[in-house]
Order: sequence, then structure tokens, then C-alpha cells
Amino acid sequence: MTEKKMKRGFKESRFAVFWNRLKRNRNAMIGLYVFLLLVMLIIIVPIVSPYDYAKYDIMSISQKPSLKHPFGTDDLGRDLLTRCFYGGRYSLSISLAAVLFSTSVGTVIGAITGFFGGKIDAVIMRMLDVIQAIPSTLLTIIISAALGVGIDKTIIAISVGSIPGTVRLLRGSVMRTREEQYLEAAEAIGCSTTRRIWKYVVPNSWSPLIVSSTMGVARTILQLAALSYIGLGVQPPTPEWGAMLSGARGYLRDYPHMLIFPGLFIAISVLCLNMFGDGLRDALDPKLKD
Amino acid sequence: MTLLEIKNLKKYFPGSRGVVHAVDDVTMSINEGETMGVVGESGCGKSTLGRTVIHLQPATDGNVIFEGKDITNPTKQEMKELRQKMQIIFQDPYSSLNPRMTVGDTIREPLLLNGRCTKETVDNECERLMDLVGIALRLKDSYPHELDGGRRQRVGIARALALNPKFIVCDEPVSAMDVSIQAQILNLLMDLQESQNLAYMFITHNMAVVRHISKNISVMYLGQLVETSPTDELFETPLHPYTQALLSAIPTTDILHPKKRIVLKGEITSPIDPEPGCRFADRCMYATEACRQPQKLEELLPGHFVSCCRAKELNHL
Amino acid sequence: MNSEKAFLNIEDLVVEYVSGGKTVHAVNGVTFDLEKGKTLGLVGETGAGKTTIAKAILRLLPEPQATVKNGRIMLDGDDLLTFPETKMRNVRGNVVTMVFQDPMTALNPIMKVGDQIAEVIKKHQKLENKTSRELAQEMLEMVGIPSARYDEYPHQFSGGMKQRVVIAMALACNPQLLLADEPTTALDVTIQAQVLDMMEDLKNKYNTAMILITHDLGVVGRMCDDVAVIYAGEVLEYGTRKEIFLNPCHPYTIGLFGAIPDLSVSTRRLANIEGLPPDPTNLPEGCCFSPRCSYATDECRKNKPSLQKINDDHLCRCPLAEQIRSGKNGGEV
Repeated sequence: MTEKKMKRGFKESRFAVFWNRLKRNRNAMIGLYVFLLLVMLIIIVPIVSPYDYAKYDIMSISQKPSLKHPFGTDDLGRDLLTRCFYGGRYSLSISLAAVLFSTSVGTVIGAITGFFGGKIDAVIMRMLDVIQAIPSTLLTIIISAALGVGIDKTIIAISVGSIPGTVRLLRGSVMRTREEQYLEAAEAIGCSTTRRIWKYVVPNSWSPLIVSSTMGVARTILQLAALSYIGLGVQPPTPEWGAMLSGARGYLRDYPHMLIFPGLFIAISVLCLNMFGDGLRDALDPKLKD
Repeated sequence: MTLLEIKNLKKYFPGSRGVVHAVDDVTMSINEGETMGVVGESGCGKSTLGRTVIHLQPATDGNVIFEGKDITNPTKQEMKELRQKMQIIFQDPYSSLNPRMTVGDTIREPLLLNGRCTKETVDNECERLMDLVGIALRLKDSYPHELDGGRRQRVGIARALALNPKFIVCDEPVSAMDVSIQAQILNLLMDLQESQNLAYMFITHNMAVVRHISKNISVMYLGQLVETSPTDELFETPLHPYTQALLSAIPTTDILHPKKRIVLKGEITSPIDPEPGCRFADRCMYATEACRQPQKLEELLPGHFVSCCRAKELNHL
Repeated sequence: MNSEKAFLNIEDLVVEYVSGGKTVHAVNGVTFDLEKGKTLGLVGETGAGKTTIAKAILRLLPEPQATVKNGRIMLDGDDLLTFPETKMRNVRGNVVTMVFQDPMTALNPIMKVGDQIAEVIKKHQKLENKTSRELAQEMLEMVGIPSARYDEYPHQFSGGMKQRVVIAMALACNPQLLLADEPTTALDVTIQAQVLDMMEDLKNKYNTAMILITHDLGVVGRMCDDVAVIYAGEVLEYGTRKEIFLNPCHPYTIGLFGAIPDLSVSTRRLANIEGLPPDPTNLPEGCCFSPRCSYATDECRKNKPSLQKINDDHLCRCPLAEQIRSGKNGGEV
């Protein structure tokens, strides 16, 4: 082994250990690969598809699945396959954005409350208690209704409800990390408080949050679907899985394929993310050594 | 020359069950380039003392005088200077290093934070320090979890030395190690003391280790200083009943001369809202009414201070 | 050293673990024996395989990662390794018990301390509730804890008291063999003195055989009749306490004694044993200590030395033992 290669081996080993553990978990890998395949198809299929996702086609209304339309068509004659994959762009990107938003806000608040404790902690936590006291679906509906429609507003509406959970998770883990001696050591060498929080505490408290965020994407996909289903959230003609379900609810008896396919997409992506998240938790848990 | 003076230092922690008197009225002084051993059992406040002295925690009362200057309540600027002159080495080399920083990052951190080095010179200095404490340079990009306990402790020592301090608090630096590694680290600490003219406050519960490394020793019990003396004298003529019991309890490898053991009754309690008077009195076989009064630290032999009203008569001085 | 009348007799024990695709050679051919009422000290550094030996005796090794590859563990004439699990369960607790290092994790935090002792007694002696309670109270008194504290919970006890409770539990069934794994390492010296005193008293009272695992040579010097120095899963030196302490022959043993700061004389420098213990997945060829040994010859690095007889009470795994002993310079290596 050359000197250079060895150096790199050392640098990467922390990640390598984690990746090796994750790789051994078959469910997690299936979840990851199926999800990545889904993402790829979501990007490619609408581009290569001969159909437009929004164009009506009176001649082929409510067709059952056929060679021409593998998933069938909806009540306005649009190709469901194209719409399912195109809709995935919205479902997944809005969910990802919402989780990113709530995770970053939660990280900042959680790190501050957990690190400083005392009065700051008490005040912020009581405010979060108030938010958590409202059922999260209801909260999302209220905010969504108050802000109005639009993708940015939907992202905010969905993420607010999950902020308190994120904060609590990180806060607990920060409070444990805060007791570590390397923080005292950092203080002794004159490290500023901000640096101690961001360079020492947060990176060492993050792993539970990564897991919960992965699973959070799955939960958010469902929430978004629910929101669109009741007419808030993403508006027609933009296809979003929840909105597609909502549009098809009148045809449940006669044309079940209109519900089955978008529903299947939701189920598959949620399942994959949960399987991956489970594996991630096992791989990141330092207590599970081999 | 006196480097550090601790005068009537107190550190109390208010808690739900009362105020914990973790360090209560401790007075001692440490000379330049010398080691003061601080010994005592768990919960005696020795670690709190070390942290309070270097201002990782503010003192409740009393004074700390460093290089002739009162540093009990330092300003921000003074604090910055102090951080460079006083450092700490921790017991647990597993928890005292940031698991997400490489050996090099850890040693570079103090150098860059305090403007001791520029980005260009920092690598040279880092390598010099690694060499000084005996870590192979190829380990520069390793993470702490890839090193064994002895090497991690060396990294901790290099980090403490980076700022060229005059005084280092060593908080049980070898307690978590096997004897052969312990010997390596103790030898390193003693070599560094000589070459860098360092003063140590060496906190430990291991009497053999403290005898080996210290010039003077202070014995603590439940937050109070019970005895302080030059090392050899403490081992030959311990004056306080607690020190006598402590020394007699250590199992030795000298199987031909088994010691007469003084086995103490009872357990170490916790100094929550303690009564005035000697805190050892409840377990002491010589305790009298006078022991329930506050005790004074008295110099019974030259340089040998004891906080026990009966020490004089018990030791026929 | 006298296997005919020994109560416990371990012969050529080999234990291997499989971890992360690699084979860990934890115990490599350990042989020793122990009589009733005697204490054997297993001394060595972290990872030397001391605890694995104890767990192998109790058959508590994690399955399927660990396997006993070879050897016999003869207890009172029966080979424990051939016992079926059901029979083994009867041995654990009744005949052989173990005390672990950390008393905090050995007690159930939501169960009264006294009840925990009573439960052990009940399980192994099949007694009425009332009698087991009385016996448990007796046990508490015996280890120096007032029986009035029977109804308290573990968190109300200090570390030393918890360890005494754990020892009381281990001795509650009057075992014939006690395996004590670093029983006082987590305790303060004055408390350690109390616990060691208590263990000695109980051992003498019941004539229990004891294996004391520790890295503290001081504790060994106080408690043990025989000593085995373990390194990289092998016995490097084995003999009576007097022989090992006054007449150590193996360079490693001599190094260990040199590395401990002495209480009675102050020395300027401690003797170092340079380097680190070998990686148990990749043991050196020849003598396992040779990479750190300043006396090592090419012969040492090539062929594994066997345990040689120094005298009737002393075995040493070093071909140079005699030379080293005669030319010993004040314990320095």
C-alpha cells in the first residue's frame, strides 16, 4: 500500500466503517436502491414520455390500463403513468424541502436550547409545547389555510408541525454531548462558544436526527398527500400523488386504477425510506458493535 | 518561586437536596516547575478544585493568584491570556478528544484559535508537538477511535502543550490505563516537566503514582484539605488519621512486609450542607467533641500542614 | 500445581472469537489448577484474555461468535465442556458463581436489594418466602450492611455497598468456586480494603476456591495463594505468590513489577515495557512477548517456548529464564 493510499484509508475509515455496517443490512440496501431507482425514473420518464401530463384528451377518458397507457388514463384522458412519475417530482421535492427546512430550524433551536439550558431552554420549550399541543394534521391545515396555496407555503405548513419533535430530539442528544470532556478541553484552549456548538456539539449529536429525518421524509409524503387530498397543498392541474388520489376519489368503484397507481407510488416510496431509515439507525448506533 | 497560590478557595453547587460543598476552604501553593499531587477518594472535590483553579468553573469564594496576579475574576482579555498559560489533561482519553476531529485537527485547533501560528506555519508546529509527545507523524490524519488509550492521551497532552503553558492540571491522566502504558505516560509527563519547566497539579486516587511524580502532596476529604506536606514526609510520617488510614489501605506488592491495615468503618458521604467541623470525624476512631468545631490548617512540622485538632497529641509532637 | 487433588483443573484451553470476519485468538492453551479454599490470581493487561477464561469456565461465552476450540475444564472430576446446557444451568450459581467488575449493572434497579438476594437463594435452594427473606437478611449483615436496609433499592446504596451486595448474592448459594472479575477496581482504596477483607473472611468461612482476575498486583499480593500471569491469551508465568513476587523470571512479569511506582521508595523513572500488546487477530510467530522483549533472540521469534519448570512451585514460558534471573539488574528490563 502506498503512503498516499494509506492516508486516504485513514481519512475515510469513519465513513467506511459506517458504510460497511449499512451494506450488511439487506433491507436498508433494498430500500435505498429502490428509492434511487424511483428518483431516477421520476426524472427521466416525464421527459421521454410521449404524453403531456396536463393535456386533456377527450378521446381516451378513463381508460383501463393497456399497452398504450400502461397505468390507464384519468377522467380527463391524461396518461396516468406520466402523471404518476411527474407527480413524484412534486411529492418528493416538497417533502424533502419540508424536512430540510424543519431539520435546519430544529437543529439551530435544539442546539441552542440544549447547550445553554436554563431560562432560554425553558422559554423555547414551553413555546414548542404549545405547538405540540395542537394535533399536527390540524396545525398543518390551519397554517396552510391561513397562508394560502403555493408550493413554498405548503412547505412551511408541513414543516412547522415537525419542528418541535426535531428540537426535542437534538436537544436531548446535545445535552448528553455537552457533558463530554472534549468540550471542557475545547474551552480550556480558548474555543469560542459558537465554535464549540457548531464544531464540537452538533456534529457529535446529529446521528439520531439523520435517522429521524430520513423517516420524516416518508411521513411528510403522507402528510402532503393528505393535505392535497382535502384540496389544500398542491393545486390541479399539477399532479401530486395526494392530489391525484383526491381527484380520483369519485371513481373508486368504476376505475380503481386511478387510485391504485398513485397510492402504490406513495406506499413504495414510504416503505423504501422507512427500510433505509431503520438500517441507518442500526448503522449509526455506536452501541451495536458488529 | 511560587507560581500559583490558592487561598481559601470555595466552590459550592446548589442542588435540589441542598448546597454541595465540593471544595471548601482550600489553601495551597505550587512552585514553578514543580508538581503538587492532590489525592483523595471519589467525591472529595479534587477534580472540582482543578477545574476551579484554571477557571473552567467560577469560584464561589476565595482567591487564586497566578504569577502574583489575582485571577479569581478575570476580564475577557485576562482570560484569553490565562487560557494560554494554564491547561488541563483529562482522565478519560476516550471522551476528551472530539471523535470527529483528526489528531492533526485537534492539535492545530489551539494553535490557530489563539493566533500562535498562521496557516503556513501550523503544520510544522503540529509536527513538532507530535514529535515531542511521541506520536508517529503518520497518525496525523487518524481519528481518535483508531488509536489506543496511551496514544490518545498523548494527543491530549500535545493539545495542552500547544499553547506553551506554565501550569497544567492533570486530572487522573493515567487512571484508565494498564500499568505498562501508565508507566510510559508518567515518564513522558516527567520528561516534559523537565524540558518545558512545567508545574503540575496532579490529581489522582492512586497513591503510588502520586508519590512517584509529586514534590508535595495535598490530601483531600469531602471538599476539605486535611493534610499537605512534602511527598516523602507524608509517606513516612502521615499526621492526619485519614491519611494514615488511606496509606494503610493500599495493597502493595511488598509481600514480605505486610502492613498493619487500618480498616475504616462506614462510607464516604456527600458534602451536602455539612456540619461545621471535621468531615472525617464520623469515621475517625479518635474523634472527640473538639472535632465537631471548625478545624484549622496548622503547620506542625516545617512545610507540613495538618487540619486536625488532635494531630499533635496523637503523633506525640 | 498438583493436578491430582485439584478441585478445578483447566487443561490446554483454547478459545477463539470471530469478529468482523477475523479470528480473534483470545485464549491460546491455558493450563492451571486450583484447590479448595485457595485463591488463584489471574494477572494481565486489558485484552489479555482473563475474562474470557472465566466466562469459558461458566460457559457464558457469546454464541455463536466464540468457540472453545480445545481443552478440558475439569471441575471436581467432571468436564464442564461436555455438560448439556440444562446441567450447566444447575452448575451456575450453585457450584460456580461470578462477580463482575461493575456493581452498578449487576443489580436490577427496580427491585429491592434484599429481594434480589432472596430470589437467588430461593431459586437455588427451593425455600419458602419467609426463610429466604431471613437468610437474605443474614447475608446482608454478614457483608456489613444493616438488615434494616433490606427494603431499599440499589440507587440508595453506595458503590462499595452495591459491590458487597453483589458478592453476597454470589456467595448466597454457598458456591464451591467463585470467579471474581476485577471486583474492587471501581472502588476507592478504603472501600476496597473493606471489600477485600470481607471476601477473605467469607472465603475462609466456606472454604471456597476463588479465581481473582485483576490487573492490580497489590491486590494479588494481598489475596492470592497462586498467581498466573496472562499475556495475549497465554500463561507466561505461573507459580505460588511467593515465587512470582520474590523471584519473577519472565521478562514480562519483571517489566510489570518495574512499571508500578513503588510506594516505599521513590524512583526517578519507571521501567517501561515499550510498545503495545499484540493484536489478537494477528499474533506474532514464536513467543507472543518477543516483539516487546529486550532479551528476545531469533530463536524466540521463531519458535513458541514451552512452559518450563523453574522449581516445584514455579513455571515460566521463557527459555532464557535462568539467565535473566541470575543476571537480573534490579528489576529493570
